[in-house]
Amino acid sequence: MLTYTLRRLAFAVPTVLIISLVVFLMLDMAPGDPTSSLPLTIPMEIREEIRAALGLGEPVLIRYVKWLQMMVINEPLHMIAGATGWDIAPDGPRILSWQTRSPVGDIIVQRIPQTLWVVGLGYVFGILIALPIGVISAYRQYSWFDQVGTFVSMVGFSVPTFFTGVVFILIFSVWLGWFPSMYDTTLSVTDWDSFVRQVSQIVMPVAVLALYNASQISRFMRASMLDNLNQDYVRTARAKGMREQTVVMVHVLRNSMIPVVTVIAIGIPTVFTGAIITEQIFRVNGLGDALIRAIYASDWPMVQTITFIFAILIVFFNLIADVLYGILDPRIRYD
Amino acid sequence: MPDGAVPVLDVKNLKTVFHTRAGDIHAVNSVSFSLKPGELLGVVGESGSGKSVTMMSLLGLLPSPPAEVREGEVMLAGRDLLKATPEGLRRVRGREVGFVFQDPMTSLNPVFTVGFQIIEPLRKHMGMDRKRARARATELLELVGIPDAERRLKDFPHQFSGGMRQRVMIAIALACDPKVLIADEPTTALDVTIQAQIIELVKELRQRLGMAIIWITHDLGVIAGIADRVMVMYGGQVVEHGPVREIFADPAHPYTRALLRTVPKLREPREDKLRVIEGQPPMLGAHPAACPFRARCDHAFDRCHRQNPPRRDIGKNHDTACFWDHRTGQPV
Repeated sequence: MLTYTLRRLAFAVPTVLIISLVVFLMLDMAPGDPTSSLPLTIPMEIREEIRAALGLGEPVLIRYVKWLQMMVINEPLHMIAGATGWDIAPDGPRILSWQTRSPVGDIIVQRIPQTLWVVGLGYVFGILIALPIGVISAYRQYSWFDQVGTFVSMVGFSVPTFFTGVVFILIFSVWLGWFPSMYDTTLSVTDWDSFVRQVSQIVMPVAVLALYNASQISRFMRASMLDNLNQDYVRTARAKGMREQTVVMVHVLRNSMIPVVTVIAIGIPTVFTGAIITEQIFRVNGLGDALIRAIYASDWPMVQTITFIFAILIVFFNLIADVLYGILDPRIRYD
Repeated sequence: MPDGAVPVLDVKNLKTVFHTRAGDIHAVNSVSFSLKPGELLGVVGESGSGKSVTMMSLLGLLPSPPAEVREGEVMLAGRDLLKATPEGLRRVRGREVGFVFQDPMTSLNPVFTVGFQIIEPLRKHMGMDRKRARARATELLELVGIPDAERRLKDFPHQFSGGMRQRVMIAIALACDPKVLIADEPTTALDVTIQAQIIELVKELRQRLGMAIIWITHDLGVIAGIADRVMVMYGGQVVEHGPVREIFADPAHPYTRALLRTVPKLREPREDKLRVIEGQPPMLGAHPAACPFRARCDHAFDRCHRQNPPRRDIGKNHDTACFWDHRTGQPV
């Protein structure tokens, strides 16, 4: 298992590098120019100088290698230095956002907590809701609980989050006035009141994401449970005189979790990217929001860096999913 | 076994119905039989004749809905299992009645070790602690002839061959010293040499442990070798029942006779084709008001289409459900 994991990790490095190169080349070919959003009165010569100052005069591969060196060495060191206070930050150049002229790494570090809170909680709650619903729906197949669950998850799954988000805002912010429609990042939790405000502003984005994720995962859970409930080993467990609870929650659940855990692990990075829209609707200034703004402003270093992070997340969680699969299913041994 | 012995299991008039969209299926119809201590009862019949469903009905192992055990009495040690509570039934399953199923490849849980699966009933029914249960599990694996038992407890089912897995299934079924072992086609999914090994094992275990066994099969050769009594089922009913010698030497019911004719014989001149029983097994939709075998029977006459024959005695412990007398060749 360890050998397998290490081998997969070694393979992951070239995969991520190739992804980053492709993204770099695509962005290089994309129309748009860092100076296009500047006032039209700035003459062409000055624009040329601005481009040169941004390092755009060099050949694309040189720029890629420079970016890569900053991305994998300078930026992480700066992030660690910022987080721990150690004096390890190198003096070399950093990846600068064309919009703000501040280092991309710093912006990402500022943005990550919001995304983790909102998207992470949305995912965690989604899983917590989905698993019991899936188990009960499968065990009581075609009962009213299952019918309602199936209907709700069909709706939750097929209606996009930008629609449920707006509907939530309309109902709970505009009509009922229960929750604010915008997420205020400057709010710091110091006492009970600010905690209540934090909770009330995070409820809606989390609910929207949780509904979407729960719909998907509960369907998987239900299908997987149904597959296993009819297996012969379930009959064996019953014939041994095991209690229904043991039969379902030990024998069936353990088998059913194998594909579901994989789906959950693979889903983690797609939740980051999928949350772009939800962050836009609720004005959460997280990573997704940063990406969208960077695309509008042709801020290629920012786009490149966030895309690279997403690529790493996807490759990494795919690896996690495979390893978990091997741990959960004794029939699978990779070595 | 003396005739007067009190039966360990006594089933009377068992009826099981499956409720389906296309109407009710009468899978088990007024089946009665009894099992004496230490006896081996063979249950024979083709697929869909109700052999397995009968045995599953005894212990409430059929999913309900769609199944409903509608009528009857299943007496085990003085109690009627059909009236037992779910918890009462669970105390009987695995404790007093052990089950071995057909396909050892799928009957064990793939994600738990064999040890875990043997220990489970020991801890539940016998109240053993972990250590004693482990010791007993090792003993059981040795009993069913698995070498290196202690180490193999930690193995998963996929690390065993088919025959070995069936031995594990037998070990699980025997874990709590049941009075009755129900083996539902335990050798059908195995190849012939392994079949022989499993049959030998069960024979030997029966002598050592003295439990009564119900052995479901469609292999007449197996039955001839191990059973004391045979019950032939067709269309959810018992069509003939008697001591194994009489069933093979003097079969009474046209179905039993036809079944025995289908067995190819080694010592007689070769026939070009395998003999078969022409026709299809009956659909069990309508409540049977006629003999289920009438459509395929060589001797059927008008009464067979109007009435379902009751079981009648034709010898000592030998009965058949047929209006045709095989000795005279005439209707009775």
